[in-house]
Amino acid sequence: MSSVTGVPTVNDGEGPDGQRVPQADRASTGRLGDRLFGGAATASGVIVIAMVTLIATFLIIQAVPALMNNQENFLTSRVWSPGGEEPGFGILEFLWTTVAAATIAMLIAVPFGVAVALFLTQYAPAWMRGPAAALVDLLAAVPSIVYGLWGLITFAPFFKPFQGWLESTFGWFPLLAQTGITGGTILFIGIVLSIMVVPIVTALSREIFGQTPLAHKEGALALGATHWEMIRTTVLPFGRPGVISAAMLALGRALGETLAVTFLVSSLPNGAAWTWSLFNGGETFASKIANNAAEFSSPTRTGAYIAAGLVLFVLTFAVNSIARIVIERRKAFSE
Amino acid sequence: MAKRIDVTDLNVYYSAFKAVEGVSMTVEPRSVTAFIGPSGCGKSTFLRTLNRMHEVIAGGRVEGKVMLDNQDLYAPNMDPVAVRRTVGMVFQRPNPFPTMSIYDNVAAGLRLNGVKNKKSLDGVVETSLKSANLWNEVKDRLGKPGAGLSGGQQQRLCIARAIAVQPQVLLMDEPCSALDPISTLAIEDLVSQLKNEFTIVIVTHNMQQAARVSDRTAFFNLRATGEPGRLVEIGDTTKIFNNPTQQATEDYISGRFG
Repeated sequence: MSSVTGVPTVNDGEGPDGQRVPQADRASTGRLGDRLFGGAATASGVIVIAMVTLIATFLIIQAVPALMNNQENFLTSRVWSPGGEEPGFGILEFLWTTVAAATIAMLIAVPFGVAVALFLTQYAPAWMRGPAAALVDLLAAVPSIVYGLWGLITFAPFFKPFQGWLESTFGWFPLLAQTGITGGTILFIGIVLSIMVVPIVTALSREIFGQTPLAHKEGALALGATHWEMIRTTVLPFGRPGVISAAMLALGRALGETLAVTFLVSSLPNGAAWTWSLFNGGETFASKIANNAAEFSSPTRTGAYIAAGLVLFVLTFAVNSIARIVIERRKAFSE
Repeated sequence: MAKRIDVTDLNVYYSAFKAVEGVSMTVEPRSVTAFIGPSGCGKSTFLRTLNRMHEVIAGGRVEGKVMLDNQDLYAPNMDPVAVRRTVGMVFQRPNPFPTMSIYDNVAAGLRLNGVKNKKSLDGVVETSLKSANLWNEVKDRLGKPGAGLSGGQQQRLCIARAIAVQPQVLLMDEPCSALDPISTLAIEDLVSQLKNEFTIVIVTHNMQQAARVSDRTAFFNLRATGEPGRLVEIGDTTKIFNNPTQQATEDYISGRFG
């Protein structure tokens, strides 16, 4: 199962109707071309696996000594002073900001991106599909600093009154409580991130929606399904694994996006009072590391930031694994 | 439960291309009518106009009249969705919904109509699968994916899905062409049973099949490649196969062309 499109890419020995599909022919594996291509493909595969393993190892080796010296609880503390004789650091703030902003981004980007993909594949007139799809793809190619600039200069002035309205109307709700911070709040960052990841969701969803077999669509229409009912009974279920994979890629980008977030985020002063409000500021893992790259002066200091990076790595890995499990559990119904 | 179809002077177009020309015929209720003819003669295209499925393809449109009893299928205020709920269809290749279980496949049409009651769904699923001669084979695995069945079982599942919504007419577009002889026989037996309840129109490439299952047979042909297909003649199956009025029919059924 490809993590990009969600369609099976590696044959597992059985074809669609359960019959065996041909495996590599033993007799031909000795030929030069086969050895060359087979070797190159195998080497690429091995290198990728080795790289991931080595990155994880690097992160762990660098992080462990710093964690041993840590005077604070790494997971539950908000203190961040990794330097000095008695270093103490915890990631709670970054974890909350990263996860909250990424969640907001996904809540907006996935439904919106899927809707755009459905429009492009199912509703748009034929002449419009190609150009419109190219435009969406172009959005994915915009450098993130441009989103940062746009967010700061164009979007922030619009967002400020909106935030004020939310605070005055729904301020009793802890997530929307007033904080006095404007500008790079978590909600604002989440919305900017959502715009950055919509093209990812759309591009991949569009691919898989477009592959829905005509036979399934006609089957639904012949039962008396309306256009939307046809989409609901055939296109969406068929595209489900692809949409999940697309959402995972998008989430990876949202969790790890650095430049735009670093640019926009309102960092909190040391010792600022904690609140759960989405109108709080706060650094994400990526922005914290980027903002402080100049301070990697001692192994403990560096190790503290690397430990934070390791958490981001584990987070992404965990989310991907969950998505994989969700897709696998429904596998019998997706082919 | 079963209705008569009256077609008058029907032309079918795909954009500017005229695919079928000047078809008039009557299909009797509770009977099986077979459409035979060489490839490209428009028999499948014509079949799809009987439930407006040709409109799914861009540019598909008709001129002429199709009446279902007293209902004009192409009246301006007629919703194609409503037509397809009355006139069901089974396709050339079995197409159960791959993301659904056997049960959900059969229940799909009812759910589209807003039936949610578990008990009535259970009842309809069981009777439909029994009518499709599939119940005994699948009753212990209704929750398993429909795509896991054999080709013949999948086609019977599609028939069960189509008849679950109680259509007036059942259209079958070469329903056995992707199946082996045993599965074909099972479908043919089923057609003979179903005609007690439904008006059935079946397109087939197999003349023996037309002779075996149908009461009436319509022979379609085209003058030359690129010309529109047309109805050459329609009559009782025994007459078409033993004593056709047209020379072209005689040539086709005796294997001189096609």
